[in-house]
Amino acid sequence: MVEPAVDLTHGEAHDDHADHGPQGWLKYLWSTDHKVIAMQYMFTGMFMALVGGFMAYVFRMQLAFPGINVPGFGAVSPGEYNALVTNHGTIMIFWVAMPVLLAAFGNYLIPLMIGADDMVFPKINRLSFQVFFVSTIVILASLFVEGGGFAGAWTAYPPLSADSTYNLTDLGSTLWVIGVGLEFVAFLLGGINFITTLMNSRAPGMRAFDVPIVVWMIVVASILFMLSVGPLLAGAIMLIFDQTLGTGFFDPGMGGDPILWQHLFWFFGHPEVYVVLLPAMGVVVEIITTFARKKLFAYRTVIFTIVATGVLSFFVWAHHQFIAGIDPRMANIFTITTLLISVPIAELCFIYIATLYGGSIRLTTPMLWALAFVAEFLIGGVTGIFLGAAGADIYFHDTYFVLAHFHYTFFPIAIIGTFAAFTYWFPKMFGKMMDERLGKIHFWLTIIPFNMIFIPLFVLGMGGQHRRIYNYDQFPDLAGGVFQDMRELATWSLLIMLAAQFIFFYNCWKTARSGPRASKNPWKANSLEWTTESPPPHGNWHHLRMPVVYRGPYEYSVPDREDDYWPQNEPDGAPLQVVDDDTGEQGR
Amino acid sequence: MVARAPIIPFRPNPKKRKKLVSDAVLGMVLFVFVEIMLFAGFISGFLIIKARAVGSVWPPPNQPRLPFEETAVNTTALIASGIVLLIAHRMFLKGRGLGGSPAGGRGGQATPRGSSGGVLAGFGGLLSRPVGRILVAATLLGGMFVALQGVEWLALIREGLTITSSTYGALFYTIIGAHAAHAVAAILALVWALLRLARGKLTRDVLSAVAIFWYFVVLVWPFLYFVVYL
Repeated sequence: MVEPAVDLTHGEAHDDHADHGPQGWLKYLWSTDHKVIAMQYMFTGMFMALVGGFMAYVFRMQLAFPGINVPGFGAVSPGEYNALVTNHGTIMIFWVAMPVLLAAFGNYLIPLMIGADDMVFPKINRLSFQVFFVSTIVILASLFVEGGGFAGAWTAYPPLSADSTYNLTDLGSTLWVIGVGLEFVAFLLGGINFITTLMNSRAPGMRAFDVPIVVWMIVVASILFMLSVGPLLAGAIMLIFDQTLGTGFFDPGMGGDPILWQHLFWFFGHPEVYVVLLPAMGVVVEIITTFARKKLFAYRTVIFTIVATGVLSFFVWAHHQFIAGIDPRMANIFTITTLLISVPIAELCFIYIATLYGGSIRLTTPMLWALAFVAEFLIGGVTGIFLGAAGADIYFHDTYFVLAHFHYTFFPIAIIGTFAAFTYWFPKMFGKMMDERLGKIHFWLTIIPFNMIFIPLFVLGMGGQHRRIYNYDQFPDLAGGVFQDMRELATWSLLIMLAAQFIFFYNCWKTARSGPRASKNPWKANSLEWTTESPPPHGNWHHLRMPVVYRGPYEYSVPDREDDYWPQNEPDGAPLQVVDDDTGEQGR
Repeated sequence: MVARAPIIPFRPNPKKRKKLVSDAVLGMVLFVFVEIMLFAGFISGFLIIKARAVGSVWPPPNQPRLPFEETAVNTTALIASGIVLLIAHRMFLKGRGLGGSPAGGRGGQATPRGSSGGVLAGFGGLLSRPVGRILVAATLLGGMFVALQGVEWLALIREGLTITSSTYGALFYTIIGAHAAHAVAAILALVWALLRLARGKLTRDVLSAVAIFWYFVVLVWPFLYFVVYL
């Protein structure tokens, strides 16, 4: 084997390929580096998570203690309550789950995991974030215009969403639609980039089945997004015309059809669930294989399963409309497809359990988050069976059962999945090791209150508590007794969970100040991002040392090897040499 | 920590893998799929609203009819433009029609400079080459389509079909307007490609990407024409 001719130590080796982009604060405005763009998406998403969390706090306070002067907000009027729940849903899905899981981790991981120096269209990537940033400003501005934010629920069903006499805000609703539309454009640009990069920029030797699952998942999610978003954009254009020009696409009085919007929305809306689910599922694969030191069970089956999920996800959308007046025969068909789609997802869960079986499991913070994801998402999936069956859904529709169900899917996806990914790749992203003890305290103080928020809501929903009520005092059957106790329990749990997030921010701050430096490969993992520095330099690897791939990413505990892991870029039978793990200095 | 680790080989020059489809073409194809779904959304909206029209009378009785026959002229111009562009595209890919000198090597290489000098001098060079002339013809035919559509819209507005006069008018102006916006964007992209050709900087990938977008605009039109106008 030839001794590398270039100096392996850091410093001057990178000079000829140093950061060509703008420096200082301009870097964050005009950088085309995929890692910088990923950070921009991540921090914008985290900021929006705080905004969405604050909204949840305000309306949960109103629900548990009607009429209370909410600290930090004041008394909540019915109109404000509607605007808060609408924008909580919108922000948490479109400005938290999508940018963090898909855009941030997609941008960060895809080039690093396939051994590329950047995305294939770096300028389109930059444009993608800029459009997203504008959309963030638009949605935040819509909260402060005359009449307040949009209050037609995040699904924006017309005629409520199309007419300002119903949704009480003229400009707010239009800005809401424009913001969501711009956000879709941003992810479209990102999605084109992700797919093209995976197709064309893989390192030499990396075949389709050597690509880490998380990259596959993000790319399949991007394909789903791109195939489903067109009809919703068409619907959004029609909705804006209804709001501003006075057309009647969705107004039955003018010859339009309000159900048409529901079809266009949910044709996008249901694949969207899988758009955010798949990246989280992929993150879990990377973490459980690393911390169970096991090869992933059934690699190819995972890929075929997610493709099957993607295809099926286009044929389930009308299960959101069972009581919207669709033909009951159509409801039967959509019941069948909906129940069918739980098969591939259950398959994924079994694959994860089979991967864990017999492994040497290390319960690090990322591993705890990953295991919690599987357990909690399972509850979300199983309760979905009741809602997917048209017969049960007629009773459950628009109750808190639905609300608890989709929070048991979206919370694991958007929050648990994000924390799993964030804590796992934190050493790579920032070059420091997070505090494990604080991380575990944060984990338990998030997971236990999370269950205590939403398990009572399942019970409330089964008791018949309707979702869209501002003050239950006006409904004698729902007002007092055990119903009120459970609402208060949910709210107190939410307060604990929100407070626990400060532990996380403290951990980040403490780590940034005084955390121990992370080596190149602190978790002893196989995929390519662990072969470069932490954090990776501009261009990811020295331009003369781009990686070559020899095998798949899950070769853990291989027999007859000294190490229990086998990095993707290490050839069979390479001669051994002494290397200092921390500095990369070599000797013979 | 000191450990025994294997020597990792490296690739001395960042060798690029052979690409099945070039970046620009693949990106544009993906974008076209999104556009197809956008128009599928519009068309399904059109069909649903048409299906639930009062008394199944469509178009609504008091609204003007769309000029199906006259629009055949526009349609012909658009399809002719697509065919002309296809000819220019194929010539360019094969490196023919560039004034004798063949285009450079495989994908991504610039064509030889026609004439040095400003943009105007470049345009002279553009028209002296067969490919340039054919591309200009394709662009002009596309412009003709948009212009004829504008004339048609003015006539329809005079006859009382506006975006608020009925869902019929709203659907017509929204769907056909969306197509017109795409046509204008595609023509601008063609003009941009022409400017690059004049400066000798047009690559095969860029022309292919622009051409694919224009083919999409051309090919989606017959569907809109037969669904909306008929």
